[in-house]
Amino acid sequence: MQEKYDFIVIGAGVVGCMIARWLSRYEGRVLVIEKQADVGMGTTAANTSIVHAGYDPVPGSLKARMNVKGNAMWDQLKAELNFAFVRSGDYVVAIGEEELPALDTLMVQGRKNGVPGMMIINGAEMRAREKNINPNVSGALWASTGGICDCFQVNVAAGESAAMNGVEFRFNTAFEDFIMEGDRIIGIKTNQGDFLSRWVVNAAGLYSDVVMHKAGVRPEFKIQPRKGEYFVFDRADIQIDNVLFPVPSDAGKGIMVTNTVHGNTIIGPNAQIIDDKEDTSTTIPGMDEIWEGSQKLIPSLDRRHVIATFAGLRAMGNGPCKTPGVNYNKDYIIEIPENVRGFVNLGGIESPGLASSPAIAEEVIDLLKDAGEDLREKKDWEPIRPARPRYRDMSHKDRQLLVEMDPQFGRVICRCENVTEGEILAEIHAPIPALTYDAIKRRTWLGTGRCQGGFDMPRVVAILSRELGVSPMEITKRGHSSEYLVRKTKDLEIADDN
Amino acid sequence: MIIKKQYDVVVIGAGPGGLAAAIEAKKGGADDVLVIERDVELGGILLQCIHNGFGLQTFKEDLPGPEYAQRYINEAKSLGISFLMDTMVMDVTSQRKLYLSSRDFGYVEVDAHAIVLAMGCRERTRAQVRLPGYRPNGVFTAGTAQRWVNVEGYMPGEKFVILGSGDIGMIMARRLTFEGAHVERVLEIQSYLSGLSRNYVQCLEDWGIPLQLNHTIKKIIGKNRVEAIESVAVDEKWNFIPGTEEIIPCDTLLLSVGLIPENELSKKAGVALDPVTGGPFVDEHFQTNVPGIFAAGNVVHVYDLVDWVSLAGVEAGRSAAEFALAEKERSARYIPLVPGKNVRYIVPHKLDKKALEKGDISLQMRVTKPIEEDVWLEVHGEKNSIVRRSERYVRPGEMVTIVLKPRMAAEVEKAGRLTVDIYPKSEA
Amino acid sequence: MEEKNFICTACPMGCKLIVRMEGDEVVKILGHRCRKGETYGRQEAIAPQRMVASTVRIANGIHPLLPVYTKGSIPKRKIFEVLEKIRAIEVPAPVKAEDVIIANVIGTGVDVIASRDMPEK
Repeated sequence: MQEKYDFIVIGAGVVGCMIARWLSRYEGRVLVIEKQADVGMGTTAANTSIVHAGYDPVPGSLKARMNVKGNAMWDQLKAELNFAFVRSGDYVVAIGEEELPALDTLMVQGRKNGVPGMMIINGAEMRAREKNINPNVSGALWASTGGICDCFQVNVAAGESAAMNGVEFRFNTAFEDFIMEGDRIIGIKTNQGDFLSRWVVNAAGLYSDVVMHKAGVRPEFKIQPRKGEYFVFDRADIQIDNVLFPVPSDAGKGIMVTNTVHGNTIIGPNAQIIDDKEDTSTTIPGMDEIWEGSQKLIPSLDRRHVIATFAGLRAMGNGPCKTPGVNYNKDYIIEIPENVRGFVNLGGIESPGLASSPAIAEEVIDLLKDAGEDLREKKDWEPIRPARPRYRDMSHKDRQLLVEMDPQFGRVICRCENVTEGEILAEIHAPIPALTYDAIKRRTWLGTGRCQGGFDMPRVVAILSRELGVSPMEITKRGHSSEYLVRKTKDLEIADDN
Repeated sequence: MIIKKQYDVVVIGAGPGGLAAAIEAKKGGADDVLVIERDVELGGILLQCIHNGFGLQTFKEDLPGPEYAQRYINEAKSLGISFLMDTMVMDVTSQRKLYLSSRDFGYVEVDAHAIVLAMGCRERTRAQVRLPGYRPNGVFTAGTAQRWVNVEGYMPGEKFVILGSGDIGMIMARRLTFEGAHVERVLEIQSYLSGLSRNYVQCLEDWGIPLQLNHTIKKIIGKNRVEAIESVAVDEKWNFIPGTEEIIPCDTLLLSVGLIPENELSKKAGVALDPVTGGPFVDEHFQTNVPGIFAAGNVVHVYDLVDWVSLAGVEAGRSAAEFALAEKERSARYIPLVPGKNVRYIVPHKLDKKALEKGDISLQMRVTKPIEEDVWLEVHGEKNSIVRRSERYVRPGEMVTIVLKPRMAAEVEKAGRLTVDIYPKSEA
Repeated sequence: MEEKNFICTACPMGCKLIVRMEGDEVVKILGHRCRKGETYGRQEAIAPQRMVASTVRIANGIHPLLPVYTKGSIPKRKIFEVLEKIRAIEVPAPVKAEDVIIANVIGTGVDVIASRDMPEK
């Protein structure tokens, strides 16, 4: 028997989960399918977590509109979903007099986009605001609405809010094709069976081109992955106070240096055009490139304090801007195509996709309404997704009270980041359960410190095994074929059978 | 177990350094010695080092790690030292206050006259040696693999490459071979072995495991789980030599690329660290720059032999006990001054009993509320009255003083604390 | 005359030994810094010996494995045979350190003993 839905969202990245959360407000059955084992495993998994102010996108583009509108929605979003977000403002930093004119250009562009709260400050002011800045700083564009968050936390919070309001999630479920009836989509085929639905939303990120082609939409559209590599620094060794961009070049926004909501400084990303949509490997030239790039802004960074490196992919599209007179062909696509019914098509949602995500979700709702969909608000919709305790950030007094209430919070599992068994258990039994090591890691920040999980890994594997009632050999890092353990130490004969 | 508010010596960590320190502190006269261990049992990393080679100096015997630890555990238990297991020290202050977190004991504060830091060290990780490529599962530090294989009873792979010729890496090469796995290669970027020669002989050479000096890893291959690594030869400046690349199929990469003293807590306590060793600056008694905070073992610098760790623990433990006893004696001379009826506060907060022999001590205080009639101002111990005088009235705006005289010293000496009460004579 | 080179493993010093042989007979040992080194060199040249440390399954213990080791050295060529024996057995908790786990393992005259106490779960 096939399950029947009103809406299916393909992809559980930050955009897919935000759309699901917006849809959860209305009557109807919603399913999110995700081919990976957890939410946020694609482009959301590895980016800078900046909520951009909106001065970067080309004026007149959908990207610019979504960015500026989305940015303004973040305070309410934070209040409802309870994730870490700091509207710290951001800086574009000019080094040397020759880079100063670029700040004016960005300021003008920002004003055209409707970005509030920008000003240009001089070099002395910038030095006062960031003690580690390159002393040759000549000035900076200050955008007060820029902010930082943990993009993965946002992704989880949006997904959980949706799940709490009745949205179903199916992980390890890969889209294969549409089920059509004439020009109408009536469902999808997946590796886990078929699901029927009145509407299907393409939020497939890096694979949005593949999905829309299956529907016969925009055959010329292509996602070109752009890889970005990053370094993470030990927060005990260095803490940068601000979000610092270099003056942008033709290649992109450039190598930035930024603080994070966790207190770690990160640098990156570079921008390599690649073909493999799964290629998140770091490279030696890439690592050298971001290192050199970061030196321009903060020359005092010390490479010995790097505790992790990672790479992420941006889903750069080739969608033309629809606004007359604007010659731009890397715009977002958010549409209900004319030639296919029952399909909401998104594509090319790259940076600033995170900042834009609530606006994109709202845009999808507006499109559905325009298409005549009768969206009726649920009476019991719950906008608040409560935060869960984070031991590390609590005062002595609060920790004492928490442990009195639930002793599991007294047991520290991750020694560097002070993550407790109580927190791990809460994530394993959350509205969207964390079932892999990485799922727990990205929710609690466990294993991200200087020992990089060396101590906690065996203990987390044991806890997952106990809670899920499976052998430790079935516990994975991030789902299918990423198991930790191959056999019991003494069961040699099993190995010989292989 | 009842956790006391105050200990003479608190030892953080129950590995070889911490156990030796606790034992020596107890023997040195410290009554209340507490050892706090984050793992569920005593012994530290020795428990997973099941190979022999420990104790040649200390016991003149060739012992495996667990047995070496067992001897210290047995002695510590026989001496009446207190232990808190499965308990994490969250914070230490320079005033030697500790905040502990435990499922079984809750979140508690304890004070120590002296502290011995014995948190040991941790392994360097992938980022610290710059390993490009994917981030699949199957890249573990040698110590993590050792825990799984020897303690938890699971194999993290069947086909291994080991990066780094540190002792734990070589020892794991032999362990894995003994348990039927294949160790394809040990790669060392330096031109020399980084561990002990004896471990090269008995862990690698004996089993025909190839060691390649001047070699490192160019790339990790495999998206979900390690599938292979690409090795490469390096020149004396560690530049890759083109054309020397080799793909080595494997499912696990173990890192044995060095150890770093673990000093997050030390920093919180204001302990200054030597950037070269990564551990605290210490004097000959292993005392750090913070008085009363000592450090012993791998938390100070990374040792190659456990016997030396134990010796360091002995010295730190003895010194900590000495410090604690002096501190205890000093603090025992003081008695607290406690605000009683209608007294908001008293300055000073405590007084040295001996000081009264030298001259008058003036107690300054303010009252909580005005009393507009004749009042008694009385200082008393638990059982004895020390001095009483009268006033026409008291008001919060006007400071009140009472003077203790040398002739009262004998009575003060009898008291555990002094309380000041101010009350109407009509209520007396 | 034949010369064999070893690194002594009797202690962590790692002395470089030179053992001069005539046929199966050791005629001179050079490079050692103590008597243990001399003994090691002689033994290594004629019939190498090793201590073996491993784990056995333990039922009902606080851990699934009990670390064990051979109380003395055994012939190097017999190590895998000993390991087979060790792998095959399971002992019940509790166990005390130095309890004999396998007496006179494969007739070497050496006992396999426990490396630690292992209380019951």
